[in-house]
Amino acid sequence: MNLDTFMLMRDEIVLTGILLILLIAEVLWSPKNKKGLIYLGLLLFAGYTLQSFFSMGTGSLFGGSFKAYPLVNFFKASLAFGVMVILLQSVEWIKQKLLPNDFSAEFFILIFASLLGINFMVSSGDFLIFYIGLELATMPVIALTAFEFYNHRSVEAGVKYIMLASVSSAILLFGVSLVYATAGSIFFDDIKGALQLPLLEIIGLVMIFTGIAFKISLVPFHFWAADVYEGAPTVVSNYLSVISKAGAVYVLMTLLFITFRVFETEWNWIMYGIAILTMFVGNIFALRQQNMKRFLAFSSIAQAGFILLAMLSNDQMGVKAIIYFLLIYIFSNIAAFGVVHIISLKTGKENIDDYNGLYTSNPKLSLALMIALFSLAGIPPVSGFFAKFFLYAAAASKGYYVLIFIAVLNVTISLYYYLLPIRAAFLRRNEHPIPYFKIDIFSKIALVIVMVGLMVLGLYSGVFSYISSISNIF
Amino acid sequence: MDILSLFVVVPVLIVLAMVFFAKDLKRARIIALVGMLVQLAMSVNLIVKYMAVRNGGDHSIMLFTRNIPWFAEFNAHYHIGVDGISVLMILLTTLIVIAGIFVSWKIDYLPKEFFISLIVLASGVYGFFISLDLFTMFVFYEIAVIPMYLLIGIWGSGPREYAAMKLTLMLMGASALLLVALFGIYFYSGMNGQTPTFDILELSQRQMPFDAQKIFFPLAFIGFGTIGALFPFHTWSPDGHASAPTAVSMLHAGVLMKLGGYGIFRFAMFLMPAGALFWQDFFLILAVTGVTYGALSAIQQTDLKYINAYSSVSHLGLVLFALLMINKTAWNGAMLQTLSHGFITALFFALIGMIYGRTHVRDITKMRGMMRIVPFLGVGYVIAALANLGLPGFSGFVSEMTIFVGGFSNHDLYKQALTVLAVTSIVVTAVYMLRLTGRMLFGPVTKIYTNLPRAFWYEKTAIAILVVFMTLIGTLPFWWLQFIEESVDNFIKPLI
Repeated sequence: MNLDTFMLMRDEIVLTGILLILLIAEVLWSPKNKKGLIYLGLLLFAGYTLQSFFSMGTGSLFGGSFKAYPLVNFFKASLAFGVMVILLQSVEWIKQKLLPNDFSAEFFILIFASLLGINFMVSSGDFLIFYIGLELATMPVIALTAFEFYNHRSVEAGVKYIMLASVSSAILLFGVSLVYATAGSIFFDDIKGALQLPLLEIIGLVMIFTGIAFKISLVPFHFWAADVYEGAPTVVSNYLSVISKAGAVYVLMTLLFITFRVFETEWNWIMYGIAILTMFVGNIFALRQQNMKRFLAFSSIAQAGFILLAMLSNDQMGVKAIIYFLLIYIFSNIAAFGVVHIISLKTGKENIDDYNGLYTSNPKLSLALMIALFSLAGIPPVSGFFAKFFLYAAAASKGYYVLIFIAVLNVTISLYYYLLPIRAAFLRRNEHPIPYFKIDIFSKIALVIVMVGLMVLGLYSGVFSYISSISNIF
Repeated sequence: MDILSLFVVVPVLIVLAMVFFAKDLKRARIIALVGMLVQLAMSVNLIVKYMAVRNGGDHSIMLFTRNIPWFAEFNAHYHIGVDGISVLMILLTTLIVIAGIFVSWKIDYLPKEFFISLIVLASGVYGFFISLDLFTMFVFYEIAVIPMYLLIGIWGSGPREYAAMKLTLMLMGASALLLVALFGIYFYSGMNGQTPTFDILELSQRQMPFDAQKIFFPLAFIGFGTIGALFPFHTWSPDGHASAPTAVSMLHAGVLMKLGGYGIFRFAMFLMPAGALFWQDFFLILAVTGVTYGALSAIQQTDLKYINAYSSVSHLGLVLFALLMINKTAWNGAMLQTLSHGFITALFFALIGMIYGRTHVRDITKMRGMMRIVPFLGVGYVIAALANLGLPGFSGFVSEMTIFVGGFSNHDLYKQALTVLAVTSIVVTAVYMLRLTGRMLFGPVTKIYTNLPRAFWYEKTAIAILVVFMTLIGTLPFWWLQFIEESVDNFIKPLI
């Protein structure tokens, strides 16, 4: 190992550096003007995001514990970009709610620590780093969930999350130990070659899957999602539903496609069943939700079900489709949560009925909401359509036509509820809609970025081509 | 920029112009009108160029093609081109949108947004008519469908939210079936080690296995059929039409529902001929049921829009019926009927909108003697009614006659019997059309309506456009058929 190979971890090193700077700055900063810390955090993270887009090359560190290759680097950059947008959205919230309690630096530190965990998790080459990453990704988010400690729903959400997260971690760890017991190694590369005793290993795999499925909120491990999303501060729900979920999906993909490839026939039918369950449960529960955050929680459960379609393909096509979908999903969900966040922060209203007549008073915000929901529903020319199209294509390439039929049926169901907020904002005429308000500059920038992304990423195929060119991870 | 892509690009430019410059109704409608007049000039130019190229001896199946890789990894291309039928459909779309703009001249609620949605819908339709790649086609199809939700939901009347939701969900559900069929076609085209493709010209060279065609043809047929009001998947259409604002009903019945027949002709039957022949008899029953059921339902209705909506179900059922007959005469008739019904039904909805705008009633039992109050509209209505029931001289006669001749020329008792059944719909159509005109237009004047304003210039313009073209098809059918025939010849080849 020399400095060059060590720099394969540049993302993680820089992020750790930022964390430390913020910790020190928090102590040294003049207590009178803590506002400056917010901008410092934003600036540092913007720098991190920028550097993450520059290629880090391919290689492995610590005897294969840590791996870097173009796809994972691209994925980390996308996550960084997503977190950047979430941070922009949260500035106003930090100023209003956290600054008076002097918690603003902690917010940044916790978010960065969690992102660091996800980065380690997705680049891990063995179960040890993987597990450390997973825990590092989860623990700070639990604290963040309960961050509005004066709000009992937030605290309740935090407690719920910590209970279920620890149980799922325990199950995952048990699964890892079973695999270790049979394969004799915790390195993914060694396990791949050493899998022999199917039954015990399959039990191990199922347990590992359970732990990850909890993070992705696949049915039947989804029960925490709605409550936690609703109780947590909106920016944290946003982070949970987008970044943390995307990271877990990536890990699941690499585990299934590469490490446990030999069990393809075994896990295929598990994925098949869980995909159907997740889509139906997510969609059907979303139909009657009034609270926008719960609504988006169930919507994001359903979206996770769609991702499993591409898991079934188990080849490069699936990798492309999943990574592209995750990228678009980050944009769409951040946009949807962003609008909900802005409205809830300004007016305290979170119900669909409160949006009645929103277009007449806040046309731009309504348009942003419409584009975000269209993208989630998969309607062209918004990029969500292309993302879903490729997910189906991945499943269809293996002949799962019945599953695609069920999936498109679900898209029709989902279209119904995605149209409900649009109906409220555009169709309903209301004498007293939410009054016009000015959106703060940071949220505005964030919304513009995601809107441009949603319109461009699909129609312009360059991003997809790039993902295709680096998607050979086998 | 090639001349075909402009048909999609100009609407986008219109929308952009509208976003930045349309402050009020006056500006919005002028921008929309000027933009669509540009489209009209381009449509006429396309016809002229098209005829010049064909007369120059170029008999390739598609003209003015352009093929750009879009998602190269999936072999999905932006592939466009036109043949005779698409050229005519583009003209039809342009004319109906222009008539629609005139009809909406005085729209008061959110005018800018209204015209934007209308133009977006039109751009989707244009894109659909020029696409030669299933991927491109599907993208444009969905772009054409989704603005309907806003158009009906925001500017509609009656149970507008319900109607808008029903329409959107049914059409999107249908497009879901279509999507499955699309993937079937795509992946089976790569069976022999070739790269799978969405390109219809290339796909027609490859044989899809019969077993696969048997599964995927009905999906594609129902997918397209739903938007073409195939019985029993037509139920979105009466509710949608009844609640939609006038211009939207016109565009919807006049153009959007045509995507169904056109899609079956261009994609479903062309790419899966064996599947089409296998399912032909079954779907014929549905089509004939639609034809007669639509006509009989129209008799029962008293709401003007419902009458016309069911009449549309019946007349578009004839298009599907003719397509399923699979011979050249019937197909020529089907395409002619597509055009002719586009003009007739748009005229109907325009007139209904104008009458409703004055009386605020659509129930035919509640108004009489309209001919004396609004003579221009009355005459227009009589013309539309006569054209609809197939009076020689108007477009309805030529197209329906061709369809029935084509249907009956099958030497197959089953098909002949079904043709006879379908013919009865003409009689039923005459019943409800004549009864309607008699009740509403003639007789003693209903007192409360004596002071209604006569037709305004913009209303007269809209009606004139539609009537002129209706008559042109009726009196010069061979000029239109020359476009249709060559295209039908190419596309029926795999089937006979």
